[in-house]
Amino acid sequence: MSPAPSLKDEAVVSLFSKYRDRDLVIKIAERIAEAAGGDPLRIMHVCGTHEWAITHNGLRDLLPEGVQVVAGPGCPVCVTPGGEIDALCRLALEQGVAVTTFGDVLRVPGYKWSLAEAKASGADIRVVYGISDAIRMARQETARDFVHFAIGFETTAPTTAIEVIKGPPGNFSVFASHKLIPPAMEYLLESGAGIDGFICPGHVSTIIGADAYRDLAARYAKPMAVAGFEPLDIMLAILNIALQRKRGVAEVYNEYARAVRGPGNKVALRAMEKAFKVTDAYWRGIGMIPGSGLGLREDYIKYDTAAKYGIAASGGERMPEGCSCGEVLLGTLRPEECPLFGRGCNPEQPVGPCMVSIEGTCAIAFKYSDLKLRSRRP
Amino acid sequence: MEVCLAVPGRVTKIEGEKAEVDIGGIRREASLELVSDQGVKIGDYVLIHTGYAITKLDEAEAREILKAWRDVARAELEG
Repeated sequence: MSPAPSLKDEAVVSLFSKYRDRDLVIKIAERIAEAAGGDPLRIMHVCGTHEWAITHNGLRDLLPEGVQVVAGPGCPVCVTPGGEIDALCRLALEQGVAVTTFGDVLRVPGYKWSLAEAKASGADIRVVYGISDAIRMARQETARDFVHFAIGFETTAPTTAIEVIKGPPGNFSVFASHKLIPPAMEYLLESGAGIDGFICPGHVSTIIGADAYRDLAARYAKPMAVAGFEPLDIMLAILNIALQRKRGVAEVYNEYARAVRGPGNKVALRAMEKAFKVTDAYWRGIGMIPGSGLGLREDYIKYDTAAKYGIAASGGERMPEGCSCGEVLLGTLRPEECPLFGRGCNPEQPVGPCMVSIEGTCAIAFKYSDLKLRSRRP
Repeated sequence: MEVCLAVPGRVTKIEGEKAEVDIGGIRREASLELVSDQGVKIGDYVLIHTGYAITKLDEAEAREILKAWRDVARAELEG
């Protein structure tokens, strides 16, 4: 395959302004209404950045009556088991290891602590931009043990894989909590959550490819569209799903072809295959999803925090009392419908994980609840 | 600092598997290891996630989708 032509500066500026053309968005909303034909259409996305784009741009207000876009479990921080957070707090507090992780993990409550609370109690918890920063620290501070809390879907897992394959220093290990999106989509389809189609996550799809969903779309007869993150990207994906249903087909439309190729990123997929084996995994608020996790292969076990420190796999998961994150993650409850929303649970004092991460459905809803696009059609 | 975000950046320098990228005026280092087969050159745009380029952005496809949107709008006007 020959390399694709690149985007040039001025082209990008003009391209991106067109991606937000308000009149086009409204025209596409009208086409969605025609295509849906007045029948209810419930579409799920599984990506925190899609939820941000939909809410930030007020797209729900533009959709015709009956056409619903709901957020699924698309926030990796939100589905990370509380028991894993507790285990890493304990490791940092009791064994003096340095724990590195991404910024939005810090305040997520475990059952006993959050990493931020452990840090306040003197634990060495450090925020990093990526795993390579954590490895750099470990190389510089050889007397200290470092544990990287590796959270994230298929977008992030290859970065962990490639570093583990390269061979980090002996005082570095990874607590791999990566999760896989297609098995979660299948779980939701099996659970009869009343989903008519999926907007597939853009960044995850740069790695796994648009082809990764074809089997699911065919087996469950659900139209799907891989979408980018501009308002028009998302609206066109919704229109495509509505048109597919109208025509009685269930395919995977790649709307985000400027970043996503059918087979995905082969280098990244090869690294994941080499470093990880597929495991069952707990999703906080949802439960055990078969084949949805990644564990380090035997060849790399010396970099596996769980093996190195004897941490048992996280067991059954529960949410804090009164918290509805489980239902929010399944798309069966909007954040505003949770009795705690804005009443005891807000981004400053979050009760559940969905209110913590900026990718969390509740945090996004809270931030934008009064800023909806004032352009609902008459 | 957030785990799930990816941002587009323009490659301004390449040294081995490391690139310097311009993300909206801010320069940072990004690894090209995950896009080693995508022929990334200086001036190309890549999506960057936690310090790693995860895909090259494709101008032809970016233009193609604009055309698709215009076609949708035109169909609406004609229809």
